Amino acid sequence: MTDRIPGFSTLAIHAGAQPDPSTGARVTPIYQTTAFVFDDVDHAASLFGLQAFGNIYTRITNPTTAALEERVAALEGGTAALAVASGHAAQLLVFHAMLRPGDNIVAGNKLYGGSINQMNHSFKSFGWEVKWTEATDPQSFADKIDENTRAIFIESLANPGGVVTDIEAIAAIARDRGIPLVVDNTLASPYLCRPIEHGADIVVHSLTKFMGGHGNSMGGVIVDGGTFDWSASGNYPMLSEPRPEYSGMVLHETFGNFAFAIACRVLGLRDLGPAISPMNSFLILTGIETLPLRMQRHSDSARKVAEFLSGHDKVEWVSYAGLKGDPYHSLQQKYMPKGGGAVLTFGVKGGYDAGVALVSNVELHSHLANIGDTRSLIIHPASTTHRQLTDEQKTAAGAGPDVVRLSVGLEDVEDIIADLEQALSAV
Amino acid sequence: MNHDSYTDAYIRGILDEVKTIAMVGASANTVRPSYFVLKYLLAKGYDVIPINPGQAGKEILGQTVYASLADVPKPIDMVDIFRGSEAAGAIVDEALKLDPKPKVVWMQLTIRNDEAAARAEAEGVKVVMNRCPKIEYGRLSGEIGWTGVNSRVLSSKRPALKAGFQHRGLPGVNPRAGTKG
Ligand SMILES: Cc1ncc(COP(=O)(O)O)c(C=O)c1O
Repeated sequence: MTDRIPGFSTLAIHAGAQPDPSTGARVTPIYQTTAFVFDDVDHAASLFGLQAFGNIYTRITNPTTAALEERVAALEGGTAALAVASGHAAQLLVFHAMLRPGDNIVAGNKLYGGSINQMNHSFKSFGWEVKWTEATDPQSFADKIDENTRAIFIESLANPGGVVTDIEAIAAIARDRGIPLVVDNTLASPYLCRPIEHGADIVVHSLTKFMGGHGNSMGGVIVDGGTFDWSASGNYPMLSEPRPEYSGMVLHETFGNFAFAIACRVLGLRDLGPAISPMNSFLILTGIETLPLRMQRHSDSARKVAEFLSGHDKVEWVSYAGLKGDPYHSLQQKYMPKGGGAVLTFGVKGGYDAGVALVSNVELHSHLANIGDTRSLIIHPASTTHRQLTDEQKTAAGAGPDVVRLSVGLEDVEDIIADLEQALSAV
Repeated sequence: MNHDSYTDAYIRGILDEVKTIAMVGASANTVRPSYFVLKYLLAKGYDVIPINPGQAGKEILGQTVYASLADVPKPIDMVDIFRGSEAAGAIVDEALKLDPKPKVVWMQLTIRNDEAAARAEAEGVKVVMNRCPKIEYGRLSGEIGWTGVNSRVLSSKRPALKAGFQHRGLPGVNPRAGTKG
């Protein structure tokens, strides 16, 4: 194209995906191969030494996956991206590139429960500590940072609480302290919110959710904002020090503003191994082509469902930032003005038993533990994902006995509301 | 001209126009960025001449090293500078004394010297600063996308293949037709 800057929907379809050079195939082919032949020994040496761009082995790069990576980088406004097997794998590789044993992450407490578990328990065995802060209070992040803090972690739109995080306020603290801000943008997607534009340095996603959008493929991605100076403090030796794995190469100096994505690939993905399959990359890539249409519809329908529930006499409360009067509505208007996303929670009168009855009564909604499908999804956390917790722990985690979470799908909204109506009437 | 950003057409035009590139500050150390760029540009068919007084008379990647631009015994199309912004000024002045003058002066990532750029442009020499020709070639050919890098290039045209399994080129850019790369 000319030097015109393409719009979001154009990028969602075209970024990273020229026709296939050898066949002319217009849709990015599924390169379902583990390995790629070299031209000769010198070409192989250049590839292994990171001196040439190209493919060696699908654990490290794959052309189908590369199209997905470039597309997400373009949509988020980053310099580069790395796609991996799941959202959790993306988080693991990000922190692997940033932390050494004894270092810590300052994380907002409004996160997906799986991320809380990952940080509290699995990361401990790497010697990484997590210091929890109040996600809705930016100043609390500044208070928790110490000399071993190497990253700040938040969700832009938190799952499931409906909290919209004040990214700019937290980014200002991160910049002031010379620490990268990592934002999980899974629930918003870059259609609704682009954290790098608000000061985030690294963005991660569970591609499993809205990016893929059809509930058929696991995937995760790391986007490098290209904004952080990895060499300034000496605290990020993976990037700023000569790497023995690559004969003393210094990644930041060699790869400049996309060095973080390279570090996650050639030190993290290469050695820890959570590669995405080319088939999943293909399905997610196809899903992303309709991301703008889907996210707008998800958000518009979720707002209508939230309005319906707010007026229902069996509903105690509704938490959805897209709803006028919601405590996070003004932050939603600032950070994601096109909509509040698909996910909302509400309290059903009658507590635990009413929650169980509701998820049993639905006929269109699927009762399962996921979000970001074309299908409408419902879950009662207290009886499923959070059932092992005490009542106090459940309430603290936003999974009290009455809480029900919806991921509003793309069906006709009248049908979604009718299903909830009949299910509630029988509670 | 404004050197904060360049159009793709400007960069593509330069990579298309030049064939002989003198690289000032080329390193013989195989993990230094300058060595990477030298190797890549050679593979793409450019004639790259390393300039490094400490290595003068030796070879890097089979190319004879010269101590200074003035020692190079053939016309130079582009001078690629791998030295600090400060040092770049004197190198640009040396480049402008060459006969014939180079068509382009290119300063690598993080290197910028606006005064020197103005002197070169006053003599009709094109200038690029704070960019890497390897990254720009990889970006415009689509090769860099294999590394997940945002090339900022959208196209419904089939990319140009060059010799070898995994080598793309720039349409219309073929400094030494038939060479590998
Ligand atoms: C906000 C958020 N981040 C991360 C994850 C983890 O992603 P994955 O299940 O792809 O590992 C999830 C999954 O539910 C999520 O909702």
